[in-house]
Amino acid sequence: MPEEPTPFDPALAAPLLGKGSHNGWLGLQYRDHGEDWVELELPWRADLLGEEEEEVLASGPIISLMDMASGLSIWTRKKLFQPIATLDLRVDYLRASRPRASVFGRVQCYHLGHSAAFVRGVAHDGDADDPLAHMQGVFMTIATDPRSFSRG
Amino acid sequence: MADIDAPHGRLTPYAHSLGISVDRMEDGVPVLTVDFSNAVEGRPGALHGGAISGLLETAGYAALRGELERIERQARLKPINITVEFLSAGKSRPTFSKARITKLGRRTANLVVEAWQDNRDRPIASAVMNVMVKDEQP
Repeated sequence: MPEEPTPFDPALAAPLLGKGSHNGWLGLQYRDHGEDWVELELPWRADLLGEEEEEVLASGPIISLMDMASGLSIWTRKKLFQPIATLDLRVDYLRASRPRASVFGRVQCYHLGHSAAFVRGVAHDGDADDPLAHMQGVFMTIATDPRSFSRG
Repeated sequence: MADIDAPHGRLTPYAHSLGISVDRMEDGVPVLTVDFSNAVEGRPGALHGGAISGLLETAGYAALRGELERIERQARLKPINITVEFLSAGKSRPTFSKARITKLGRRTANLVVEAWQDNRDRPIASAVMNVMVKDEQP
């Protein structure tokens, strides 16, 4: 008999999901979470810059940060890890981050449909009320993936 | 946060670090490529959506930089926004990307970018980008 799975815990899962992959390469770290949101940190690093002469992170890694935080927010709200695929992702860039600043990505899963999950969030460099970027996205659950252990 | 490609096809430190390079030029527009590696892997054996987005965005700036250079216009670029549509899972093989400038105006540029693997007619992702173009005084 399958046991009732332990509810998904982003604090425990985040370090494992990054190993040997793009997220690990970026060095994404867990920071905080609530019922339906997760915040990750992307530490500043010289080889992730958008311009050599300015010590500001490129926008590419910020999309990855928001993508990873999105997935974690969905699993956190669902209390279950299930393979998902990004359907679309929009990022509006409000301003550049401060030189040598870490960027934090805080994403909320605000609606869970039958197979689609809707997320929105902000990227900031210390103060979530003064964001660098806003993000909105939709993710699909992958029902046919054999690794899926969704029940019903 | 500016993800800007300098002139002459020189890519950003981020792009180099991810393994992105210029594969070839087509009608004066660079076609960028990235090999499959741990740095771009998401789910095991599949490309990470963030890495695909990074490739698309880099291809967009490379095309825009190239066009500004061609018309001898000196400008600074700042990202406004990007919307990425993920069309199918990227597999563990090389990925390519090329942008088309839909409109290059006085203050903004609008681009459409596609990424593909084996079959160019079946892109794995597409993006629309708006970029701020600020002319520099010579």
